[in-house]
Amino acid sequence: MITLNVNGKPMSVDADRDTPLLWVLRDHLGMTGTKYGCGMALCGACTVHVNGHPARSCSTPLSSAAGKRITTIEGIGHTKEGRVLQEAWVANDVPQCGYCQSGQIMSAAALLAKVKRPTDAEIESAMSGNVCRCGTYNRISLAVRQASRNLK
Amino acid sequence: MNEFGIINLSRRDFLKAGMGLTLGVTVPSLAQMAGPGQGGGSVVAAGALEPNAFVRIGTDSTVTVIVKHLEMGQGTYTGLPTLVAEELDADWSQIRVEGAPADASRYNNLFLGAMQGTGGSTALANSYEQMRKAGAAARAMLLAAAAERWNVAPDSITIARGAVVHEPSNRKATFGQLAASAAKIPVPQDVKLKDPKDFALIGRRLTRTDTRAKSNGTAIYTQDVKLPGMLTALVAHPPRFGGKPKAFDAAKAKAVKGVVDVVAIPQGVAVLASDFWSAKKGRDALAVEWDESGAFKLGSAEIMAEYKSLAATPGLPARKEGDLPGAFARAAKTLEAAYEFPYLAHACMEPMNCVVKLSADACEIWNGEQFQSIDQPEVAAVLGMKPEQVKLNMLFAGGSFGRRANPHADYLVEATQIAKAIEGRAPVKLVWTREDDMRAGHYRPMYYHELKAGLDAQGNLIAWQHRIVGQSILAGTAFEGMMVKDGIDATSVEGAANLPYAVPNLGVELHSPKMGVPVQWWRSVGSTHTAFSTETFLDELALAAGKDPYQFRRALLAKSPRHETVLKMAATEADWNTPLVSARVGDRRGRGIAVHESFNTVVAQVAEVTVRRDGSWRVDRVMCAVDCGLAVNPDVIRAQMESGIVYGLTAAMHGAITLKDGVVEQSNFHDYIPLRMNEMPRIGVYIARSNEKPTGVGEPATPVIAPAVANALFAATGKPIRSLPIRIQA
Repeated sequence: MITLNVNGKPMSVDADRDTPLLWVLRDHLGMTGTKYGCGMALCGACTVHVNGHPARSCSTPLSSAAGKRITTIEGIGHTKEGRVLQEAWVANDVPQCGYCQSGQIMSAAALLAKVKRPTDAEIESAMSGNVCRCGTYNRISLAVRQASRNLK
Repeated sequence: MNEFGIINLSRRDFLKAGMGLTLGVTVPSLAQMAGPGQGGGSVVAAGALEPNAFVRIGTDSTVTVIVKHLEMGQGTYTGLPTLVAEELDADWSQIRVEGAPADASRYNNLFLGAMQGTGGSTALANSYEQMRKAGAAARAMLLAAAAERWNVAPDSITIARGAVVHEPSNRKATFGQLAASAAKIPVPQDVKLKDPKDFALIGRRLTRTDTRAKSNGTAIYTQDVKLPGMLTALVAHPPRFGGKPKAFDAAKAKAVKGVVDVVAIPQGVAVLASDFWSAKKGRDALAVEWDESGAFKLGSAEIMAEYKSLAATPGLPARKEGDLPGAFARAAKTLEAAYEFPYLAHACMEPMNCVVKLSADACEIWNGEQFQSIDQPEVAAVLGMKPEQVKLNMLFAGGSFGRRANPHADYLVEATQIAKAIEGRAPVKLVWTREDDMRAGHYRPMYYHELKAGLDAQGNLIAWQHRIVGQSILAGTAFEGMMVKDGIDATSVEGAANLPYAVPNLGVELHSPKMGVPVQWWRSVGSTHTAFSTETFLDELALAAGKDPYQFRRALLAKSPRHETVLKMAATEADWNTPLVSARVGDRRGRGIAVHESFNTVVAQVAEVTVRRDGSWRVDRVMCAVDCGLAVNPDVIRAQMESGIVYGLTAAMHGAITLKDGVVEQSNFHDYIPLRMNEMPRIGVYIARSNEKPTGVGEPATPVIAPAVANALFAATGKPIRSLPIRIQA
């Protein structure tokens, strides 16, 4: 058994140490908000925070996540960045199919936690690892800027 | 459109419906309507007169709208409820959405005859009157119930934003308070729909019904379904299309912890495990020997060479007007150009997947369900069941772009075969990895086009010959009889055979060679290639005629007012006549325009590009004008224009699936490259004012962006772009 700290709660998992955190969250812990998109850290749909830093959970083995603070889309609404971002996502009707949006919000939340008032270039750089095939990028960028303004 | 009769289902299903009010609309007959591609497909009328149920009003005043179309991002779960809410005078906050079950007798797509399915940008267009009538009938019944309760004249009662009010006596009721008594009232046979000037919700910005769930991780997709005892299946597929498993050794796979079973299916070997990662490790450990006797072994280069030699011969005529040889003989100037297009994968963010649960006399499926009338019989055939024994649960789809409406129900059939192979002992979730999804075929076909045109001495376009070579998408599908006429697959020539420009002598021909690569419709279908060749060739002609590309088009579109309107809007928004300024010395800038109609919607775009000395380039800005009839949800329309532009631009900049000796060379997002935020242009969307019936918006922006960008690059560099994806030499 390996113990993880997910969204502030300790959780025990009986899975091989090489199992990617993504599948631990989804298949072992039943937390399906974090999505599988590519399995190679190319699309960002599986983005979570590990000790506050954005990480691609599809390429993060369970062994390296053990003992660290993990935050997922299910928990990000309890942070001030997550809350303003989710409100801005709704206000701008960002999602279309929505499948990539958990990862988008997690990347944006990590950015705002580090840089409260990011420049457009900083937003672009922080968000360009996240793919959206529906093409919601301009709305994402708008929503991140709006959330940044609403961040006290 | 048709007149719909409305009957009350509440009495029949009174116990089931509880105290609520359920309404259905019957469809007496179907007129000739357009099929899934660009107009013109004749459709067999559906004879049945059975009810559909679209609205349910609960005693808690919630209004549940049963939506018959898949929500794959395009906004159906917002658009169709808007229609109901409008005529019902509901408050938007009351609206809930439920996906319809598979039942073509009630939930058929009115543009596809008797078929139930989502595609061809038809969801809102085919539902426009049907859903409004369902809402209007519910409103009339609530009104009658209130009149009865208060013993007042119905016309003294008003309903607005979900409140039923009798002002003279200051009495009020909610929908919920009236629902039970309204359910006892006969359904009005003749409902009056609102005059568009009275619309309160249509035409306004409304928050999408699915936004919140898609922003906090609670929206459930097929990938998220977990049933008790469910196994996850991954399949080892043959390396080439048409290959089959000959023999396999499952010993190492079965030794992997979590792996439960390994079974052969017709096109591969499935590994079943308790979870994805175990199944993946099991599949990695599996050894399969393939029978490639029937496998397709050509590469993209050989296919294109074959297409080029075919293009040297006349094809089947798709359109023929005037005297083409005569016109070419007297032309002062003749231009020729050839165009090449690669295979394209849909590459939805959620790779294909589905969950199948078998019992003795039924099969239940959870899926981003797009094509019920294909999927039910295809799945039933695997099991020896009747189509109606296949229950389909329609979940949110993580994108589709056409892919989930597979004419052979490919991945559903595969999942069903696996469930059958283990004799239904456990529910099965089939998951394709990104690599499986990328290499599974059902691509937008490769195409080769040859265009030849003649200008007279005054620069007028007098002759146009267009030859298209590429696989038929519809051959071998249920649509073949309907939409392949005299050997012409309507989807191969749409956008070319109906060229909007007034050219007196015109010929469009088609070759449809067979290849062993499975192909399928891909967002905007034939227009993905026809819009490109026709609209970029037109710019070459404008240059040869010494005319401005925008004015050259306008002159040829005098009889196409919708085209002219959006063209003018896009040009105006772009300040077409104001020269572009380069930000840096050595940068070349260019502006390009294109216009195209697909799915009865006309879109014009102006793109502005910058080309650097090293040949690198970017699209700076896109102005997009659209005429899609009456704008029901303007913000959804804007979102779909933005989406179509990104999807089309991605393909124009990066998109190519290539084959080498029959093996697909791409596998994931490192070699099938998606556009990312750092490559995004600014986008402005402008919606033409119209009171015509709404037309589709999911696809029509997609085909316009590539020619607009190519024309901008042509303007910047002087070199025409004739193959996709775009490659520019330094």
